[in-house]
Amino acid sequence: MTMVFEHFNFAVVIVLMMTGLFAVFASHNMIKKLVGLSVFQTSVFLLYISISKVTGGRPPVLSKKELHGYGGYDKAGDGADAAYKTVSETAEIIYSNPLPHVLILTAIVVGVATLAIGLALVVRTREEYGSIEEDEIDAYNYQDNLEGASR
Amino acid sequence: MKRARKRARANKMGRSENQHIILRVVAKLLIPLIAVYGLYVHFHGDYGPGGGFQAGVIFASSIILYALIFGLDEAKRVVPPSWIRVIMTLGGLVFGGTGVATWLLGGEYLNYTMFAPDSTHAAGQHWGIFAVEIGVLLTVTSVILAIFYAFGSRGGSRRPNNAPNLSDEDKS
Amino acid sequence: MSSLTPAFILDIGLLAMLVMVAIAVVRLRSLFAIVMLQGVYSLISAAWFVSLDAVDVAFTEAAVGAGISTVLMLGAMLLTEREVKPVPMRRQWAPLFIVVVTGMAMFYALGDMPMFGDANSIANATLGVEYVEATKSQIIIPNVVSAVLASYRGYDTFGETVVIFVAGLGIVLLLGLNGNAGRWRAKPNGQDISQIDEQDIS
Repeated sequence: MTMVFEHFNFAVVIVLMMTGLFAVFASHNMIKKLVGLSVFQTSVFLLYISISKVTGGRPPVLSKKELHGYGGYDKAGDGADAAYKTVSETAEIIYSNPLPHVLILTAIVVGVATLAIGLALVVRTREEYGSIEEDEIDAYNYQDNLEGASR
Repeated sequence: MKRARKRARANKMGRSENQHIILRVVAKLLIPLIAVYGLYVHFHGDYGPGGGFQAGVIFASSIILYALIFGLDEAKRVVPPSWIRVIMTLGGLVFGGTGVATWLLGGEYLNYTMFAPDSTHAAGQHWGIFAVEIGVLLTVTSVILAIFYAFGSRGGSRRPNNAPNLSDEDKS
Repeated sequence: MSSLTPAFILDIGLLAMLVMVAIAVVRLRSLFAIVMLQGVYSLISAAWFVSLDAVDVAFTEAAVGAGISTVLMLGAMLLTEREVKPVPMRRQWAPLFIVVVTGMAMFYALGDMPMFGDANSIANATLGVEYVEATKSQIIIPNVVSAVLASYRGYDTFGETVVIFVAGLGIVLLLGLNGNAGRWRAKPNGQDISQIDEQDIS
């Protein structure tokens, strides 16, 4: 039972990921596929952020007192090494891990840029084929190939 | 009575400006606020949540709101597409140029300490992060706007003339 | 996280909403509803990010995922279609099988994941702590995420910026800033070549 509690988030995130993946695989409509991809992508973000959480932690925004040389708070530190040591010895506040936040922050913006590329391709496909259903596009291509052979 | 007649006249005129008067007034209030909030998010990114990515999106969304209310053509007069092409490139160049500047100052690529090597409160890092975030802001804002312009002005969903009518051709 | 703290109850509630929205996205057939639910999904996950201390990520997800990508999908939907054609059940069994097998594999690997909220896991105990400590003395700005994003991982962010730029370039090439890409016709000496071409083809 403790394992369920410890890994509860990861288990649910896996379910979410698989739901998104199913939407990508099973639907033949291209926009629905892209929505499924987006759900899948957001679930991966959830997984990363879930790992970065520390119990009792705070968002990784430091208080001014912890920053040496910031806004006149630097009274003691001349050498950076000395300041580093004093801070790390007296540090009591726990912060959540900032590194996955950075990775996901950029991934979100890149995700929307690539999503836009995909949607642009869908729009062009619709203009050329008159449909965004994969079955109909396949049928059109098949027919086109047959006509090309008989011509 | 008078108002009813006015409404009837407005309906006869189709999509008159009167119908959107609430939207227009509220948007005129909101758009500057959103733009200023975007700038706040950008320049406050060192101290709290925020930064170039978020600020770029928020700033672009203020112009998108303008386009939704006043029409795409009006928005294109405010921010012409030719600017977007320039700004998009400029953002990447600002980011890359910061790295080249640190090179020329004698450090590694994107080693911001070179901007103020003697500073005790890491002023060089602050300048570097500032410059880099400006680059990110420019690129993200202009790319989001470019995407919106592209999708918004693509025209209706016309079925192409040479598209097959599958059901008919299957019969033959 | 072994007891039912308020944070954990919030966690369960938001995750339950996410699961429901995801299943609704799979089952619905109206594209408008699907696109709006995708925005809802992004918004709920942004709320969830806040409860997991990722304020920067939540901000970005709310602005980008719930705002911009919904607008984009609505725009693309207007240019294409409003309804999803139904997929027959016999063609959904194979995807379902693949998805279930993949999910089982991931559940099998679940035991190797770090405990939720564990400060001493490998993911949390090493580089993240180092970045927090180093930011205090080397960068000296309060927001560690900005410091790591712009300074320690500047190369990364430069790469992401270039990716966004290239994506914008791709959009401009595919659709055109004025929506006229691919519709431009060459007219040498005033003669419309495309007219002749189309007559030849059809």
